Amino acid sequence: MSGAALIRVDSVRKNYGEFTALENVNLSVFQGEKIVVCGPSGSGKSTLIRCINGLERHDAGTITFDGEELYASGVSLTRIRRHVGMVFQNFNLFPHLSVLENCILAPKRTQGISDAQARERARGYLDRVHILDQADKYPGELSGGQQQRVAIARALCMEPRAMLFDEPTSALDPEMIGEVLDVMTDLAESGMTMICVTHEMGFARRVADRVVFMDRGSIMETSQPDEFFANPQTERAAAFLQKLLHL
Amino acid sequence: MEFDTQVFWSALFSAAYLKGALITLSLTVIGHATAIVVSLPMALVLNGSNRIARTLASGYVLVFRAVPQLLLLLFVWNALPQFIPIFREPWFNPFLAAWLALSLNEAAYQVEINRSALRSVDHGQGAAGIALGLTYTDVFRFIVFPQAARIAIAPTVNEFITLLKITSLASVISLQELMTVTQIEVARTFQFSEYYLAALIYYLVMVFTLMAIQKRVERRFSWARSGMPGATGGAR
Repeated sequence: MSGAALIRVDSVRKNYGEFTALENVNLSVFQGEKIVVCGPSGSGKSTLIRCINGLERHDAGTITFDGEELYASGVSLTRIRRHVGMVFQNFNLFPHLSVLENCILAPKRTQGISDAQARERARGYLDRVHILDQADKYPGELSGGQQQRVAIARALCMEPRAMLFDEPTSALDPEMIGEVLDVMTDLAESGMTMICVTHEMGFARRVADRVVFMDRGSIMETSQPDEFFANPQTERAAAFLQKLLHL
Repeated sequence: MEFDTQVFWSALFSAAYLKGALITLSLTVIGHATAIVVSLPMALVLNGSNRIARTLASGYVLVFRAVPQLLLLLFVWNALPQFIPIFREPWFNPFLAAWLALSLNEAAYQVEINRSALRSVDHGQGAAGIALGLTYTDVFRFIVFPQAARIAIAPTVNEFITLLKITSLASVISLQELMTVTQIEVARTFQFSEYYLAALIYYLVMVFTLMAIQKRVERRFSWARSGMPGATGGAR
């Protein structure tokens, strides 16, 4: 892990009116690193990753991707987003497009590739998330787990340099969580840079290089997963883990 | 009084009726098309954050929903030329006056349909498009608009049918549409039922055809076959 960070969050603050969603957040993510962000609801986890790809605009501090500062003059936010994939809690597949069409829309419109190339690429990624056989179906015909795997494939079709996951399994029935986590684990093993907001502690333990614990808009601690689970440094993290284990 | 079948049939197949129906239909199509084109940017403005534009648009909607169509037709045809000299030119005929008046009015109704249809598209849809690196224009064109259009189809066809019937008001500015033709014949012959029935049949055929088209369009837009096994409500 040498050189500059791929994603760098520096003293970031974000307000929603009176409410402070993020306060003095600092985080550097290097190429190939897998970060799991956890914490109680309302702690700012989702806000943080939505700020990283500019879905939300932070109020103070800086965020850089590959050395380019978001909102700096001459830096195109749209172009940065093409290198940062995002997976949402509610999948957000386009219901009027088939699975395959969901996957080819953005590459065709933004990367100037042909329809045939886009389709070939999409089939490759759909195969990788084990859902190629559903390529011609519409999202409404798929289960939640299948939809989320399509959403991952759709993001991968842009061939991003990093992936952001915003509670990707929170809206799923328990029996479907595994299939999505398997795909994410496979992706992590392939060397993708990932920031995952999730409460799946088994996944965190298996995959994460670092676990970031947030509470009330601040990063309370950052540790190796083994250390975090065995020996949380803050009382709040300990209380959070306690609650999670007693679910 | 006897019903004269002969009179009815000859009215039904007369050139005057056919021409009247064509004027009715073309005024409706052109008027509604104009209304849709005008109302779409207005709907975007009303859902947007620009205060001044929003105030102007809602002022428009307020005024043109309140004005009776009859008053608007008479105003455009009789009063407008008094203020604006260009409308005194010979090219300004009853058809153009009716087109202008009915478009202005219809846009005010259509804007509400568009606005609620656009609003009904989940915010996550736009966010997903933006996160993929699509431009705002592409997000609207490929993601938001197609989904809003499906929701807008039924109320839009409803408006179209209403407008088709409202065009009959243009008889007051001497436009030779279907109802004007009917009234002329009735006034000439006093054979009410024959001519009214012939007009009724024209209206029925036009409206039924429209409803059939609506069904076809709706079927084309029905992508989400609901009730599939294993489908969750998550991402509709």
